[in-house]
Amino acid sequence: MKAPVFAYAKPASLAEVFDCLDGGEGVRLLAGGQSLIPSLNMRLSAPTVLVDINHVSALRGISEAGGVVRIGAMTRHHELATSALIASLLPLIAKAVPHIAHQAIRNRGTIGGSLALADPSTELPACCLALDATIIAANRKGERRIAARDFFLGIYETALAPDDILIAVEFPLPGEDAICGFDELARRHGDYAIVGLAAQGVRKGQTWSSLKLTFFGAGDRPLLAEAAAQAVVFGKGIGAAQAALEDALSPSDDGECSAKTKMHLARVLLGRVVETMESGT
Amino acid sequence: MSVIDQMKGLTFLDRPNSYIGRSVPRPNAKRLVQGRGTYVDDLRMPRLAHVAFLRSPYAHARIRGLATSAAKAAPGVIMVATGADIAKVCTPWVGVLTHFKGLKSAPQYAVAIERACWAGEAICAVVANSRAEAEDAIALIEADLEPLPVTVDMETALDPGTPIIHAELGDNLAFERTLDVGDVDGAFRDAAAVVENTFSVGRHTGVTLEPRSIIADWNEGEEKLTVYHSFQAPHMMQDIVCKHLGLPEASVRVVCKDVGGSFGIKVHIYPDEMATVALAKILKRPVKFIADRLESFVSDIHARDHRVKAKMAVSAEGEILAIEMDDLTGIGPYSVYPRTSAVEANQVVNLTGGPYKHQNYRARARVVFQNKVPMCQYRAVGHPIAVMVTEGLVDQAAAAIGMDPAEIRRRNVIRDDAHPSIAASGIKFEKLSHQQSLEKLLTMMDYDGLRKEQAELRAKGIYRGIGLAAFIEITNPSAAFYGVGGARISAQDGCTLRLNPQGGVIAAIGVTEQGQGTESVIAQVVATAVGVPMSDVRVVTGDTDATPYGGGTWACRAAGIGGEAAWQSGKALRANILEVAAVILQSTPDALDVREGKIVDKATGVERMTLAELGRVAYFRPDTLPADLKPEFVVTRHYVPKDYPFAFTNGMQASYLEVDTDTGFVKLLKHWCVEDCGTVLNPQLVDEQIRGGIVQGIGAALFEHCRYDSQGQMLNGSMADYLVPMSSEMPDMEVGHVVTPTASSELGAKGAGEAGTAGAPAAVINAINDALRPFNAHVSVQPARPEEILRALGKV
Repeated sequence: MKAPVFAYAKPASLAEVFDCLDGGEGVRLLAGGQSLIPSLNMRLSAPTVLVDINHVSALRGISEAGGVVRIGAMTRHHELATSALIASLLPLIAKAVPHIAHQAIRNRGTIGGSLALADPSTELPACCLALDATIIAANRKGERRIAARDFFLGIYETALAPDDILIAVEFPLPGEDAICGFDELARRHGDYAIVGLAAQGVRKGQTWSSLKLTFFGAGDRPLLAEAAAQAVVFGKGIGAAQAALEDALSPSDDGECSAKTKMHLARVLLGRVVETMESGT
Repeated sequence: MSVIDQMKGLTFLDRPNSYIGRSVPRPNAKRLVQGRGTYVDDLRMPRLAHVAFLRSPYAHARIRGLATSAAKAAPGVIMVATGADIAKVCTPWVGVLTHFKGLKSAPQYAVAIERACWAGEAICAVVANSRAEAEDAIALIEADLEPLPVTVDMETALDPGTPIIHAELGDNLAFERTLDVGDVDGAFRDAAAVVENTFSVGRHTGVTLEPRSIIADWNEGEEKLTVYHSFQAPHMMQDIVCKHLGLPEASVRVVCKDVGGSFGIKVHIYPDEMATVALAKILKRPVKFIADRLESFVSDIHARDHRVKAKMAVSAEGEILAIEMDDLTGIGPYSVYPRTSAVEANQVVNLTGGPYKHQNYRARARVVFQNKVPMCQYRAVGHPIAVMVTEGLVDQAAAAIGMDPAEIRRRNVIRDDAHPSIAASGIKFEKLSHQQSLEKLLTMMDYDGLRKEQAELRAKGIYRGIGLAAFIEITNPSAAFYGVGGARISAQDGCTLRLNPQGGVIAAIGVTEQGQGTESVIAQVVATAVGVPMSDVRVVTGDTDATPYGGGTWACRAAGIGGEAAWQSGKALRANILEVAAVILQSTPDALDVREGKIVDKATGVERMTLAELGRVAYFRPDTLPADLKPEFVVTRHYVPKDYPFAFTNGMQASYLEVDTDTGFVKLLKHWCVEDCGTVLNPQLVDEQIRGGIVQGIGAALFEHCRYDSQGQMLNGSMADYLVPMSSEMPDMEVGHVVTPTASSELGAKGAGEAGTAGAPAAVINAINDALRPFNAHVSVQPARPEEILRALGKV
């Protein structure tokens, strides 16, 4: 199918973006376009104005300062995958990115687009939660800082207001003795995960001091499994942690996989990811 | 063949410049990889209009009215046509053939008039200056649709109380076939073991890289309709367009330029394509329809959708005594025109148990209507179902009597020296090589070594499985396939060759190319037969005005039938060349040969003259030739198999895989296939056909599935949700050959395009069940999703 008719704007600065966002309800921001363009071509989405933010240079770049890594919203997945800074400071992101779709999609897709879309079965929102990220939104009145745990509200639903643009994400440095783990189960390489897990913790020797377990594909948004993480941290055994997932996750049935099976797979993933983290491999 | 050749032990295929049996590069590959292919959507023509269709959102609905005035007034719109408008120029059709006794179906219109019978059936057409404008206008049509009760589940389609889709047909049973051979009850009574199972093979579809595409152009001045079509059988399309638009044959030309994959999807008559042709006739201008991905999923034919209950009786020594099976399949609301949707179930009856010696067989197949996308022939029609049923039961039987799966097959396959033979279902085999194929396969895969590795890993909690599958494949069909039932689909093919003055050869042939390498094989055969370099041969296919009448490419017929026509034509042209050369050279035809584009002395190979010189004399200085010598440098020969209805091929496949028993995920480690397609004309093309076929078979076994809800809505009709097999998940595939040429033709080539798809699902499912054996778990549902495996393991 062909996209319905829409107007197209190509702002070069945030100020121009804000002007465009004043245009009302039918305005949509075009980042990497890997989800929006297909939805236009399927006529599932019919914006009146498409605001292409690919040429706003203020939205790009990865930097580190004051114990924080800042990633510009228009940073492509491919840039995350090849960044030495990300590999050394945020290895969880480095582990997650190769699971995002296919190379052609990673070449165009952006972190800001992924977070703003808030598809509950995708990798980066879960990583943001596990890493305690802060999402920075801006509008004409100024900037707002939103904790990742307050950002994702439901399927394709975030704390962004209609006149907001997501401009960057900030990650606190994980610190000493930080370890991470990531795995997902997808039918084919590059597919959306049936269920996935991003884990970030601190462990010295044989002792955990903290752990965040974020599941994706297991509910209407990325979900922190806090009781399960506590069970691991306090050494109650993996079985106890797995049992604690029952209350933390709420996967739904789809044609390929039932909710019950997704819960089972989440428990298997938990066991495998924690075992890998504990064995240091 | 000369005495010297015979002394060297050469056959007629080993001519000095033979290309046969060699993996020569494909002449069209360079052009295609450079992006210079000409697919339908690449064509540019003045006044081209675009058609898009409003499709029924309901699986069954009465069309009470279509308010089209807003659409008609929309920008760029040329015409809004209802089913009744189209029916004025295009008559409806009924997809039945007389050799399927009792097969019934209802008249089907290019665009539905009274009722839509599946979600996705076209109910209105909009022609506009662009596709986007046509789609904009479609959104403005107000369709007054009254949803009707749906019949979706094939299991209940025949129950009293289930809505009958076509009331005039009396019930939802399209076709039924039964067969009872030998003493089945006696065999089951006396068996040492009886195994049974219910096999389910899900609906899937073809997903061609290039979607269905057509441009039709009615030229009023010439009274000629030209149809550019992404299609497998141009002459069939020509005949059908003539019939339903009431045009004489001379008024219709069908041209199939490059075609981006077909797999049987592009060999059927589609309502939206016929509507496009009708609109071109009405509007007197070119009209284009390209199916987009979303509408492909709900308008391309679907395949399979079978549920087979089956059982097998075996003796204590592992002898298969009898097979009984009951197949049920749902085909959507219409039997597809003109090949019908009864063929697949009929093949399942014919092929089940086919590789084995048993002579007691009872079968029933029922084909039912339902409100889903129409189902029809797709690569390896019926084969994967028959092979799954047979090979699944063979593995169960082996387990029941404690016999190795390779050994039970060794004991039961029809012996290589027992041919010609007739299977329990009545199908005739000229000559097969099950025994050689099995032994070659077991050696290639190191069967004993793999069994040892499997046992060692099992002790460590790693569960790997080995699955075997014997198969037979229908190729080189005679008129028995369609012609005898009244379908005007050519079983014969012709090849016309023309020698040009510079020594080049043009080969025009009725078989067609969809990416599998047909044109390469024809060029190889022609170059070999005539005696010219392959680079001097140009092959013309896919044009009803330019090629001899033929069937096109389907059912593995292009190389075996088209190749033989090319071979015979090439020999005839060479004979004509030598006749003229002998006069010019004052020699005799017997003493000369054509090799590498030159006339040579046959015994010594010494060059006497070039073909270019011969061409110069014959075309430009015929005055120098004797008055009674008439060079005939255009020849045509035809071929059709006559002594057997089909040239059956055979082979064995094996899969080695690992099941993650915690997640139910399957990792494919390796796949093997040994097949016997007779003379191998191009080893690389055959191997790639086998590999591509295996991938589609794996798709059926593990991934591909058209999922429906209870209201007949397809739930996963997009490339994100419909899982085509992709390279990351595919195993390495090793292909081996046994060569048993068919004596029906001189070349001895049989088909190879469907063997991979025929056997791969059974090999994979058997391997999964072999891996699960320690858990006493079993899957018999395709696709075998992780959830099915976890369910079998009792984990969810």
